[in-house]
Amino acid sequence: MAADTDPSDVRALEAGLDALDSLVTPVASNRTRAAWSAFWPTAAAVVVFGGVWQAVALAGLRPSYALPSPADVWTAFVVAAQDGSGVRAVGLSLERGGLGFAISVVVGVLLGTTLATAPLLRRALGPIVSGLQSLPSVAWVPAALIWFQLSNAAIFTVVLLGAIPSIVNGLLAGVDQVSPLFLRVGQVLGASGWTRIRYVLLPGALPGFLAGLKQGWAFAWRSLMAAELISSSPRLGTGLGQLLDLGRQTNDMSLVIAAILLIFAVGMAIELAVFSPLERKVLRARGLTGPGGR
Amino acid sequence: MTATRTDHSLLPADLSVHDDPHPPAAVRLEQVSKDFGDTSRPPVLDRIDLTVASGEFVCLVGASGCGKSTLLSIIAGLDAPTSGTVEVAAGHPALMVEEPALFPWLDAGQNVELALRLRGVPRGARGGEARRLLDLVHLDGASAKRVHELSGGMRQRVALARALAQEGRVLLMDEPFAALDAITRDVMHDELTRIWQDTGLSVLFVTHNVREAVRLGQRVVLLSSRPGRVVREWTVSIPQPRRIEDPAVGDLSTEITEHLRREIVRHGR
Repeated sequence: MAADTDPSDVRALEAGLDALDSLVTPVASNRTRAAWSAFWPTAAAVVVFGGVWQAVALAGLRPSYALPSPADVWTAFVVAAQDGSGVRAVGLSLERGGLGFAISVVVGVLLGTTLATAPLLRRALGPIVSGLQSLPSVAWVPAALIWFQLSNAAIFTVVLLGAIPSIVNGLLAGVDQVSPLFLRVGQVLGASGWTRIRYVLLPGALPGFLAGLKQGWAFAWRSLMAAELISSSPRLGTGLGQLLDLGRQTNDMSLVIAAILLIFAVGMAIELAVFSPLERKVLRARGLTGPGGR
Repeated sequence: MTATRTDHSLLPADLSVHDDPHPPAAVRLEQVSKDFGDTSRPPVLDRIDLTVASGEFVCLVGASGCGKSTLLSIIAGLDAPTSGTVEVAAGHPALMVEEPALFPWLDAGQNVELALRLRGVPRGARGGEARRLLDLVHLDGASAKRVHELSGGMRQRVALARALAQEGRVLLMDEPFAALDAITRDVMHDELTRIWQDTGLSVLFVTHNVREAVRLGQRVVLLSSRPGRVVREWTVSIPQPRRIEDPAVGDLSTEITEHLRREIVRHGR
């Protein structure tokens, strides 16, 4: 080898180039401050809204059974928490929502993978699955009640029919977004059939799939509330939807509003605690920043 | 030996090759044509005859639309010729293109390991082999880096390590360094020459950059555009290691570029 291409020189040159060209990761900014700057505008909006509500309630424009004050709702909330009915309702609904969602994920992944890899089947069923997304799942409640009477099976049927289309569509969208370049590389590397699905298609589709899961959870939760609200029966126990119906039957507007706030809080807590961090983690590992920045 | 010439499992270990005036081919194309069914246009490839000997480094140059990429796709088995025969020596040919196309959900080491896994290398042996290959492209410290944390040159070196992990005897390269800056490309030329000499791989390298072709290849083949035909070829006898700025590289490049220009002018008439 001539001296001008001494390999150690090339190695040194490369080391210099690598150091110069590599992405410089910005130093993470103060996390507490970032969290605070995201949090305070929402908190302020809630405080302002509560203040206006309290003022309107105090002004007595409406009788208090129609428009209870925030303080009345808080009392109803505390009572429900203390006698355990609120905690049991949240527990039961979460249990149903979690189980229904888990079954939906299994069915959705199997169905989505099948459709993604069988073009004819996809052309046949794809538009129907897409269309099902825009069908309000509450429409399934009467059918489910006729099939399964007042039972948990009826509730799970509605949850599954609400969540599965979103999960399938998310997976299909994710698969469609996998770059043809990656598929070609997979083929060159010798991936085919199952190895192609396992090592190229599914990991490539993960970001779209996660978006589908997130939407699937939202739909599962909504469907569950619709099902619980309509199939209110002592035999089925008291979930959040049934608590809401109890409030309506006893004309207790404070309980109704407390139940609405609980349903909202639980749905959002799951999204914030489970899906947002998961999505952020996956996108960040791929060098993509998710919605809402870093 | 002549009788086994069409055998796909030509083994480099066959000692009789030394007596053979025609050493076993790594890639052999005979009368390969490709059109996309449109008879009003000339075929993309027209009766191409091309042989890459075992261990040979051949560069293919030509203007846009000469079907260089189509030719590589056909050899890689991603596309089928309309007519003609394609023979590739034992092993699946590796293909490297302009975009490194590393999987962003894996780190650098895992990208190389995936190629090993798809080749059937047992789990226990993958880690060490991946490290060896990354070391070969001078990226021993970057195994745990994510794709987006690597520079363009580093990504292309990981892609080279991944291609080498396929353990084919043939490496097909389609403008692999076109997107890199001049200095990085220069370093990649040194790397590729070194790895080619060390491994004895057969390389078919497609580029529109004539100087790059003369810098790297033992042979430079000029293709015409629409229809894509072999116009001429040059044997490059300048000893390796060469540099892209060597006067001898420049002289031959000027000559080949002259022919390439003539080919392009033909289309303007």
